[in-house]
Amino acid sequence: MDQLLWLAQHPDLGAALSEAKRESDAIARLGMATRLAGYRRDFTHTTRLDRLASEGLGAIARGDCTAPELQPMRIALLSSHTVDHLVPSIRVAGLQRRLACSVYVAPYGMYRQALLMEDAELARFAPQLIVLALDARDAPLQLPLEASQAEVDAAISERIDELRLLWRRARERYAAQVVQQTIVPADPPLFGSFEALVPAAPFALIERLNAAIREAARDDGVLLLDLAWEAARGSYGDGLAEPVRWHQAKQLVSPNLAPLYGDQLARIAAASVGMSRKCLVLDLDNTLWGGVVGDDGVDGIKLGQGSPCGEAFLAFQRYAALLARRGIILAVCSKNDLSVAEAAFKHPEMALKRSDIAAFVANWEDKAGNLRRIASMLDIGLDSLVFVDDNPAERDIVRRELPEVAVPELPDDVADYPARVAAAGYFEAVSFTPDDATRGRNYALNAERKAAMSHATDMEGYLRGLEMVLTATPIGSAELARSTQLINKTNQFNLTTRRYSEAEVERIASDPRSVTLAIRLTDKFGDNGLISVLMARPDEAFPEDELLIDSWLMSCRVLGRQVEEAVLDVLASTAIQAGYKALIGEYRPTERNGMVAEHFARLGFTQRPAPADASSETTFWRLDLTHDTPSRHFIEVKA
Amino acid sequence: MTEADVLKELTAVFHDVFDDDSIVLSPEMTANDIDGWDSQTHVMLTVAAEQRFGIKFRTAELESLRNVGHFAEVISKKLEAR
Repeated sequence: MDQLLWLAQHPDLGAALSEAKRESDAIARLGMATRLAGYRRDFTHTTRLDRLASEGLGAIARGDCTAPELQPMRIALLSSHTVDHLVPSIRVAGLQRRLACSVYVAPYGMYRQALLMEDAELARFAPQLIVLALDARDAPLQLPLEASQAEVDAAISERIDELRLLWRRARERYAAQVVQQTIVPADPPLFGSFEALVPAAPFALIERLNAAIREAARDDGVLLLDLAWEAARGSYGDGLAEPVRWHQAKQLVSPNLAPLYGDQLARIAAASVGMSRKCLVLDLDNTLWGGVVGDDGVDGIKLGQGSPCGEAFLAFQRYAALLARRGIILAVCSKNDLSVAEAAFKHPEMALKRSDIAAFVANWEDKAGNLRRIASMLDIGLDSLVFVDDNPAERDIVRRELPEVAVPELPDDVADYPARVAAAGYFEAVSFTPDDATRGRNYALNAERKAAMSHATDMEGYLRGLEMVLTATPIGSAELARSTQLINKTNQFNLTTRRYSEAEVERIASDPRSVTLAIRLTDKFGDNGLISVLMARPDEAFPEDELLIDSWLMSCRVLGRQVEEAVLDVLASTAIQAGYKALIGEYRPTERNGMVAEHFARLGFTQRPAPADASSETTFWRLDLTHDTPSRHFIEVKA
Repeated sequence: MTEADVLKELTAVFHDVFDDDSIVLSPEMTANDIDGWDSQTHVMLTVAAEQRFGIKFRTAELESLRNVGHFAEVISKKLEAR
């Protein structure tokens, strides 16, 4: 089956792989593998790519070297079927998403033992993700076919209790994020369409079990690898579970489809560390509507009810609008006169409104340059962009100029665009909060704020005029999901760039000696939502009455508004109340966080020597809390 | 497809799966003669051969793929039967 259709086709991947193999330096080979992983590939290519990368990945896993463009990720696979053949695909899909994955496979069928007993090897591996890959043949629910719904429910509830225990152990013992694979039905139907009306029929049982797994996962902060749903949607064609592969090697997923399986797991892994894409950049002519608005006029473009083609474009617009409702930023990048392009948004059938578009760039310059501009207008990285353009030549140029930008290959028919963009899994989520639903609006408001700033004659007047109110609370259950999300995706205003799972954040927040703050900001334009997170705790490297700022990060949307000054006020008074005499600041430089190199100096901290075991690039700062420091901001603080 | 053609194509399959272009196949070769030919790669070999030749091995046939000669023979028979 054809798979990974959104990836570009390489003219001769096999030859490129043979060529790359001749490179003698392991890290250079890893770089080549990372580049080639971005092309469409079958399982043999994928296995060869994995071999190309393996020595370099091994060196990174051992800590012998780092690759700045790759983030380390440790995944433990605990399964009830054979998964060894899936591992290369997981690693290669990881590369494609800028992850250096190491994968630990627990002995076949030993998933309970790995979690319920001490597993020293797994503990040493220190997984960030634990994937429970179970299947329908594993510990089947023993029920007679004529069992009642109540008996079925009792058996399922018992199975769910067991799973929840395993999940809890995974969190407690390894502080790992759990990913639960849903159960793919193994047996053909016994009753045909009547199947679902018989409570204990195999398919009805599995459906009920999966529904219960999903509900429990939602309650317990467990992520899903929803293989059952993907199989039902036909993502795997007919071939996900081939009986012959099960009989031959106890493989649930056929090797043919390993690349797709690997990609679906890698996108969850990437999402869990905040590496999902954030912004959908759309071309206009023949992408959002049929025809060329500059030539055909607003009345001449094909859009909306009445023609199959117009409806297909409308359906794609609706899909983009829905993505915006879940927090994906929309942008436009088009070769057009700006006024002509904007006028098209007045077409009565447009599902997308001009106000849905946070960055609107229409001119006659090259698209790579314009995509750079869009990223900087929105304060996000190029690696957050997905660029959708019907023109293969434009796609090709952007791929060549900006390899960080994801550019899906598109089907010939616009009717298939929404499914293609969805299938590529660019926007995999690990949480959904009310803040996400309003993010698009926030970006639009930000544009208005920028306009207000250019009108205000002085900075102080501008800041006062914003009527900002900051609310800081400890990270409680209500703030946990969004705080973790921010911790894992903030790259620029982030002092230490430590990534934590929900379980880890919860653990830090519930320690009575630590101080955690979830910070929200409103202003006269509206609610910015939860925009900053701070976590501080005592540390053995420092005196016990000094508080180390373990993590401090902020969304770039509220940069330059003195939020950090106001946060420091809250932190200082909370720390003093808890009996601390000083704050310790830590700055760990990365490729992306240069903007906060002087953060602590600006806030009046003085640099102090680093503890013995700290990395040489990390700097440490200290602020004495026994003297009053005047605050310098125009924000009303509610703590 | 002649038997020589089948062996040539099968060689390409082995090169891909073992990522080793120096492998030269002969009919009497078994798993003992090729580094890394284990039960895991055996499944990969069958699946890669299915893909390359556009065929599907029956479960019963899988058990007869013990050496390269049998491999090529089963493939040739399936191609002829098409």
